[in-house]
Amino acid sequence: MSHIRPTPRQYLVLGFVALSAPLGDSCLSRGMTSLPPISLAHPLSLVSAVFTPWIAAGIALLIGFFASYLTALSWADLTYVLPATAFGNVIVELLSRFWLHEEVSWQRWLGVFLITAGVGFVAHGPSLTERPQPEASAASSGIAEEQLR
Amino acid sequence: MTVLSTTVQPGFWAATGMIAAVVLCSTAGEVLTASAMKSIGDLDEIRARSGLKGAILAVVTCPRFYAGVGFLALAFFALLFALNHLNLGLVAPASASLTLVTNAVAAQLFLNEHVDRRRWTAAVLVCIGVYFLAH
Repeated sequence: MSHIRPTPRQYLVLGFVALSAPLGDSCLSRGMTSLPPISLAHPLSLVSAVFTPWIAAGIALLIGFFASYLTALSWADLTYVLPATAFGNVIVELLSRFWLHEEVSWQRWLGVFLITAGVGFVAHGPSLTERPQPEASAASSGIAEEQLR
Repeated sequence: MTVLSTTVQPGFWAATGMIAAVVLCSTAGEVLTASAMKSIGDLDEIRARSGLKGAILAVVTCPRFYAGVGFLALAFFALLFALNHLNLGLVAPASASLTLVTNAVAAQLFLNEHVDRRRWTAAVLVCIGVYFLAH
C-alpha cells in the first residue's frame, strides 16, 4: 500500500464534506423552528417552507454536501472519507461553545477529543488502497505466460 | 369515558432489530455508493475532460449509484420508524457509532479496502466519540 495523499484541493473537498452537513442541518433546524407548527392535515405548507431563506440555504448546503461526498468517494476510500463526515460533529460542538456560548459537558469534550484523534489517525495514512492497474496486471500475466512457454 | 393510552416500549430484541435495520441499510447504501463512485472513476478528472455536465451524466447513468441511494433512503425510513418506537437518546448514538464499525468491515469485505490497524483504531475512536457526543 503506497502512501497516496490527497492534494490541497482534495483536502478542501473533504473540509467542505465535514462543514456542509452540520451547517445544512443547523440551517434546516433554524428555519423549521422559526415556522409555525405544520399539521399533517396541511402537508402543502411544507412546500412553501422550502422557499424560506434558512431552509433554502440548508437544502443548498446539503446538496453541496452530497456532491462533495460523492466526489471524495471517487478518489478516496470509504474508510478514509467517513471520519471526515464525523468531524462535522466536532465543528458543531466548537461553534456551540465559542459562538453560541453554550455549556458543553465533559462527555461532549471527550467525544470531541476522541473524534479529533480518530480523524488525525486516518489523515496521516494513505487515502486510497492501491490496486494493480488492469493493463499492468495483464502485462504481467502475459510475461508469466511467455515464461511458461 | 377516557381512553388511557399507554406507551409500550419495545423489548430488547425488537429494539435491537430496529437499530440493526438502520445500521444494515445505511452500510449497504454507503458501500454501494462508494462502489459506484469507484467504478465511475475520479470525478475531478471527468469534470476536467467533459465538464460538469459530463461528470453529472457519469453519476446518474450508473445503476449501482441508484441502488446505493435506494438503500440510504431505506435507512432514513428505518430511522424514522425506530424513532417512532424508541428514544432518540438510544437510536442516534447507537446507529451513528455502529454504522462506522460496520462500514469498516463492509469496506474491507466488499470494496477490498486495506483497513489497517490505523483505520481500525480511527473507526473505534470516532465510534466512541460519536457515542459520547450524541448521548
